[in-house]
Amino acid sequence: MAWTRKILRVNLTAGTCTEEPLNMQWAQDYLGSRGLASKYLISEIDPKVDPLSPDNKMIMATGPLTGTMASTGGRYTVVTKGPLTGAIACSNSGGFFGAEMKFAGWDMIIFEGKSPKPVYLFVENEKAELRDASHLWGKSCWETEEIIKSQHQDPQIRISSIGKAGENQVLYACVVNDLHRAAGRSGVGAVMGSKNLKAVALRGTRGVGNVKDFPAFMKATNEAKKVLHDNAVTGQGLPKYGTQVLMNVINEIGALPTRNHRDVQFEDASKISAEAMHEKRESDGKTHLVTNAACFGCTIACGRISEIDKGHFTVKNSPKYWGASGGLEYEAAWALGAANGVGDLEALQYANLICNEQGMDPISFGATVGAAMELYEMGVLTAEQIGIDSPFGSAEALAKMVEMTAVGEGFGKELGMGSKRLCAKYGHPELSMSVKGQEFPAYDSRGIQGMGLAYATSNRGACHLRGYTVASEVLGIPVKTDPLATDGKPELVKAFQDATAVFDSAGICVFTSFAWTLADVQPQLDAACEGEWTMDKLNEVGERIWNMERMFNNAAGFTAKDDNLPPRLTQEPAKTGPAKGLVNGLAKMLPEYYQVRGWTPEGEPTADTRQRLGL
Amino acid sequence: MWKSLVIDPAKCTGCLQCEMACSYEHTGVMNPANSLIKVFNFEHEGRKVPYTCTQCTEAWCLNACPVDAIRINKATGAKEVFADTCVGCKVCTIACPFGTINYNQVSGKVQKCDLCAGDPACAKACPTEAITYVDANWTGYDRMQAWAAKANTPATAA
Repeated sequence: MAWTRKILRVNLTAGTCTEEPLNMQWAQDYLGSRGLASKYLISEIDPKVDPLSPDNKMIMATGPLTGTMASTGGRYTVVTKGPLTGAIACSNSGGFFGAEMKFAGWDMIIFEGKSPKPVYLFVENEKAELRDASHLWGKSCWETEEIIKSQHQDPQIRISSIGKAGENQVLYACVVNDLHRAAGRSGVGAVMGSKNLKAVALRGTRGVGNVKDFPAFMKATNEAKKVLHDNAVTGQGLPKYGTQVLMNVINEIGALPTRNHRDVQFEDASKISAEAMHEKRESDGKTHLVTNAACFGCTIACGRISEIDKGHFTVKNSPKYWGASGGLEYEAAWALGAANGVGDLEALQYANLICNEQGMDPISFGATVGAAMELYEMGVLTAEQIGIDSPFGSAEALAKMVEMTAVGEGFGKELGMGSKRLCAKYGHPELSMSVKGQEFPAYDSRGIQGMGLAYATSNRGACHLRGYTVASEVLGIPVKTDPLATDGKPELVKAFQDATAVFDSAGICVFTSFAWTLADVQPQLDAACEGEWTMDKLNEVGERIWNMERMFNNAAGFTAKDDNLPPRLTQEPAKTGPAKGLVNGLAKMLPEYYQVRGWTPEGEPTADTRQRLGL
Repeated sequence: MWKSLVIDPAKCTGCLQCEMACSYEHTGVMNPANSLIKVFNFEHEGRKVPYTCTQCTEAWCLNACPVDAIRINKATGAKEVFADTCVGCKVCTIACPFGTINYNQVSGKVQKCDLCAGDPACAKACPTEAITYVDANWTGYDRMQAWAAKANTPATAA
């Protein structure tokens, strides 16, 4: 079965915690985690709701493989209507929190309303209660974890919390668990802050004992683990170099967005790469990287644990940052580095640590800094306004901006609104490198054409984790396609989007898909979950989830014209590298994508499509 | 021939597959809370250390038990707790210098690693060979070999 069949509903307005049975028909149709929680959210909220109002809801959800021995089976998602975009938001995190929720006996926790004062939810197996968090308000995620563990005298409690960024409703605030794992994107932390919910603390000792066919499950999970082990990316590249293995690769193919996407190659990429993290520093003779680390159940272990240079200007007077901690991952290294032209690895790690400490998405934050630096160089913003000289490449400006934004001081308040609102306020909306209000991640769609379509049509705004065609276009997984061509990309994007929805909903990590296809996931799900889980059914579930999310966004007011890219990507050709002279061919791909999807030219699922998928 | 669990913390990534395998083997439920091997995470040092019973030859727990509930499995060398006999007095938990025999409130008995009757689930589940199960006479030989390799003497013929 793998589902616990129990939901915890927490009404923050009334201060109540109640148990409900899981809708098992929905579990068959939407699997779990992302898909199932989105089904609950969409069934319970008005699509037009203000994301930061008490009428919005926030769901933390596990998948059927969460808390099992399936490799990477430790994921949970935070699903809500996102304040950065106004679209459905679903952010996924690893660490150990998700498995603990399952061990405590819950498939998901639905938060509704708004608490009159700061609270945290404490769950110990069947027992759930809201507790006063007035002493935690104003504390960082790191302090919050420490205080709760010490207060309950239990170091094994697992905690998800918001820092000051979430409290201040920074529109890209995230929810941080296990110190440095995060449900990172779309501002889910701001929604948590708007509800006066500081943290969720879990202790689960019931375990998972109800998989459908345990011998078959062990066989399937062992075979799948071997696939991960034997694959060059998941077996060697990711454990050794982490996602940072991509920095030099993406730079070489001319798809590393640099200085707010003015350029597609960064001259200092090698200084902020995985290889640089392995090199001994001149200053203290130590490597930046200390070790790799795994999330719950993960046999890949791509996580980076690093130690910052204690003598670096950012931390020399702040010993609290000297210990080993999470980072840098590729996306953060890119957003804090190449996107701003900053080539100082230690400064990037400092900004990354603050993002973890106070709960901010380093992608949207870094990209917003990139936009601010461009406005500064154009003379639209001044050093007086920002509080520091802010040309591209300034590590000092990056450090100052991350400090200000994390605690909501000075110009940090404006940076906390994200690049779309910042650029619009200063008269240059075209300089926000975003889709639906959410900033791009680390791939320039002039050099990787399919990603332009994936960004434009992603249901949570620009995102690499909704349809990672980089796998095919750059790495040749599962088949190599030409990154500079648009032909065939609509089908490719759809296939990636639908499959990813299944990975996310199963409770496993999408990084497994460097080695696994759905055919590797299917036997694991089929052995774990009641019912028959065939490839056909999984493909349909993925497509159903994608269309359900789309229909929510359409009902929230999004139309085909929001499936768009900033003019820089469709009108300003790449200046260097293999994509030199190219813009993104979105206009060519989008109508074909709508057709492949079974949508109208206005980007809405047709009646036939809805009927076929039971929507 | 007895074998021993050999643990190399430097290879541990902290994934907890061992804890899930151990708990499933002993209780039929994947539940790290019931695992007889524990991975400790020293967060600010970046170190992860799996730890469990070393199966001492002169076992403190066995000698301290007043009711002879801890006995040697002659096939594996494991010191095993016989739950039917254990009265839950916890004297063994005081006697063990390593803290690797523990009381369980639910059962009212103590519990410890029993080497899974000679086929430890933790070692099988470990993805990085941080936990291996080797001939008891060979524990440490891999480290000895690693040091020998550093001897830096050229290969020469007499």
